[in-house]
Amino acid sequence: MNFFVRGQWGPKTVGLFLALFLFVFLILPVGKVIYVAFQDPNTGALTLINFIDFFNTSLFRESFVNSFYVASMSVVLASAFALPLAYFTTRFNFGGAAIIQTLGIIPLIMPPFVGAVAMLLLFGENGSVNLLLGEWFDINIPFMEGLNGVILVESIHYFPFILINLSAALNNIDRAMEESAQNLGASGMRLFRRIVFPLAMPGYVAGASLVFLKVFDDLGTPLLLNINNMLAPQAYLRITSIGISDPMGYVISVILIAFSLLALWTSFLALRGKDYATVQKGGGGLMKRDLRPVEKVGCYAVIIFILLLVLAPHFGLAILSLGTVWSYAVLPDAFTLDHYSSALSTSTQFITNTLLYAGLAATIDVVLGTAIAYLVWRTKLIGRQWLDYAAMGAVAIPGVVIGIGYLRTFSEFNVPIIDKPLSSWWVIIVIAIAIRRLPYALRACVAALQQVSIMLEEAAENLGANKRRTVSRIVVPLMSGGLVAGFVISFATASVELSATIMLVSQESDSPLAFGIYEFMQSASGRGPGAALGIIAVLIVGFATYVSHRFIKYKETGYAPDMAAAAKTGARG
Amino acid sequence: MSSRSVQNASGVTIDKLSLSFGQTQVLKDVTLEIRPGELFTFLGPSGSGKSTLLRAIAGFGPEPGGRILVGGADITHLPPWRRNVGMVFQSYALWPHMSVRKNVSFGLEEQKVPASEIHTRTEAALNLVGLLDLAERRPSQLSGGQQQRVALARTIVVEPRVLLLDEPLSNLDANLRVQMRREILELQRKLGLTTIFVTHDQEEANTISDRIAVLNDGVIQQVGTPLELYDRPINRFVANFLGTANLIDGELKKTGGKTVFTAPGGITVPVAGAGLEPGQRCTAMFRPQSLRLSARRLPARKDMAALEGKIDHREFLGNLVRYAVRTGDYLLLVDEIHQSGEATYNPGDNVVVSVNGANARIFRA
Repeated sequence: MNFFVRGQWGPKTVGLFLALFLFVFLILPVGKVIYVAFQDPNTGALTLINFIDFFNTSLFRESFVNSFYVASMSVVLASAFALPLAYFTTRFNFGGAAIIQTLGIIPLIMPPFVGAVAMLLLFGENGSVNLLLGEWFDINIPFMEGLNGVILVESIHYFPFILINLSAALNNIDRAMEESAQNLGASGMRLFRRIVFPLAMPGYVAGASLVFLKVFDDLGTPLLLNINNMLAPQAYLRITSIGISDPMGYVISVILIAFSLLALWTSFLALRGKDYATVQKGGGGLMKRDLRPVEKVGCYAVIIFILLLVLAPHFGLAILSLGTVWSYAVLPDAFTLDHYSSALSTSTQFITNTLLYAGLAATIDVVLGTAIAYLVWRTKLIGRQWLDYAAMGAVAIPGVVIGIGYLRTFSEFNVPIIDKPLSSWWVIIVIAIAIRRLPYALRACVAALQQVSIMLEEAAENLGANKRRTVSRIVVPLMSGGLVAGFVISFATASVELSATIMLVSQESDSPLAFGIYEFMQSASGRGPGAALGIIAVLIVGFATYVSHRFIKYKETGYAPDMAAAAKTGARG
Repeated sequence: MSSRSVQNASGVTIDKLSLSFGQTQVLKDVTLEIRPGELFTFLGPSGSGKSTLLRAIAGFGPEPGGRILVGGADITHLPPWRRNVGMVFQSYALWPHMSVRKNVSFGLEEQKVPASEIHTRTEAALNLVGLLDLAERRPSQLSGGQQQRVALARTIVVEPRVLLLDEPLSNLDANLRVQMRREILELQRKLGLTTIFVTHDQEEANTISDRIAVLNDGVIQQVGTPLELYDRPINRFVANFLGTANLIDGELKKTGGKTVFTAPGGITVPVAGAGLEPGQRCTAMFRPQSLRLSARRLPARKDMAALEGKIDHREFLGNLVRYAVRTGDYLLLVDEIHQSGEATYNPGDNVVVSVNGANARIFRA
């Protein structure tokens, strides 16, 4: 922080350093990937031949269609989970709201690929559910058959994105919007269709495009379910099996980036200029009403059904980690703690690696995030917006692409002293994770900084504090809650990141937990210890998420009493 | 449009209305009679219950006790969308996803009015508020005053039986506020719509209203024309809320067939009885402009009391100079008309305040 507070040169030095970092570790590798995709592998000339080859290969066409289909259907299924839940919480007074709040977090604390194998054992052709269905009704439903499995696992994992965004949009609708429509004669479904739904639409679209993007880019889930005819697995397999010079991996990367950008653009268009969320005096949120007994039963039935489904990967994983042999049976034959002891005895390296990598990556993210936030929002540095855009741009870059880009770019660069390519040094994994999580940490830092009124800084300066003292005594302390939240968000998601690390792990001793789980899950005998590691990962992420929520809650209590008071008095003149 | 609306104009009867938010009682036994075609104002400080009362008429908020009648029909238990009372919201509540025209035609569409009629009536309403040119814009592209007009057009186009305005001017800047209140008044007169206007601003209430109900703590304090409320308030709250008041506590006495108000400090002035019994504790109110200031004691008069004092401080209000005069027992505010070049009193000057009983307003203490 000392840097950019010493006169005019401080911001410039820091800005330059940040720009260099983002250029070397984000723009350069991604640029390289795009460039290679348009390069003739033999002559090096610019060409579209690789794309023509791509679309002339039936496997790639199929992969393309499959990825698109899976991402779209996941949005549909995730919407089916999220819409009723969002509607219940915002429209009705009932105790289930708290359960739904929790539902919104639980899936996110476990990466989808971890639960994928457990889902196979629960919902697969010979899984518990189908065994029971077969016994009772003599039917077998292909929940996990082929692409269905990917869709089910992904939508269970990512539906909270829609739930959270849609609930926020519904809660932010000024109640007067609804009241004025009622005043003019609208009610019931017409009111919902003409006023409530259009106003909540941007929130829904934002959430839905995020789900699309995440599913389209996901590598771990299809790999673990052994679905290879999708884009991300194809890119991974081409690079790992054929080699770094095969152009198809790069073509797929460009397609992945293009669709990510498209999804983000859609979400941006949906939200642009539609700051419907301005809650004016008169209270926010829709009018809530009490449920009739029959409706209550219906609501709870839906919630419990979704809850069971959402918790299925967690339950499945827990059973898998504790079971001896689980095959062609509703439950394992017997229970044991052996998997945990074998996982812990052979894999402590995975855990310590993960804590080290995620901790370092999160630290880098918070430091970079704070610096970028401060430069963008508090200085007049020329081009400062581009730092923000570049850092946020990482959202649109799939992990596979980062992995391929790093391999291609840094394999030629030998790190002195340790004398091996940068692309196979463990530090590159930390940097890859940090770059991928930077957008989330940056948003947290910006939010934290925006909560610090510039007047608070001016007041300190007016009383004689220089920039450095002001930043250290006023800005950072006031931002600290948000910075901790940013750190934890980065840490939690970094500790289970797979798609970039899977390409960058060069030796087993460098592997993080996610990679270890992936390796274990490959073999039937490794599933038990793999599940045990998965549960450990879930506990790490869950604990980190809990801590971050505590911090966010703590920050919110500042205005909570006012809200309570306002609610009590009805807050009307 | 206007002729139909005049026929539509309905009176509003509020009969022993009570309303609570949880444990807090916000309206207590409110009874009011609002006449057809009149512009009636609910005036009170924030938290007085004025908005809650307005919203209750529109059907929003908790179920009230008592009755609300519009044009003689009991609407207390009707849902908001069956009441046909048009409300303009404080925030305007224009739907951001619809154009101005769509916002205005919404209510007609809900009433299943034929399309051709929707078109003509929407045009007429937009024309009435002077926004026909901006019909295709989104609300966010309009200024505050224009948004206000859209909100008005959207409400009057459905020809409601009553027009409810919830602090409609509070989001506008001072100049626009004066202009918009004139426009609202003209529109109301043109359409002959029974209109209820909620405000906490007494100047706004005085300039626009036929009659005002002053509310405090969920209780109607007084109902009357602006002039009546200003000149003849019935309690301290109304006296203070509408303008500046000197309030002097004392007693009524009967001497020689006349009612006299006496108070400490040598105030004994004949007053109109105000229906109070002699011997009763009471308060006399004098507006600052009804007190006279002089440098020396004037010749004694039977109907006046003279109090000697010192100028404590003064405020220059442009057309007036308001002096605060410290007499033995009171700090009295006295307004003198300001004319340029005229000598003024300075803080510390000795002065005499003349109190004329004819200008006093007496009410129960």
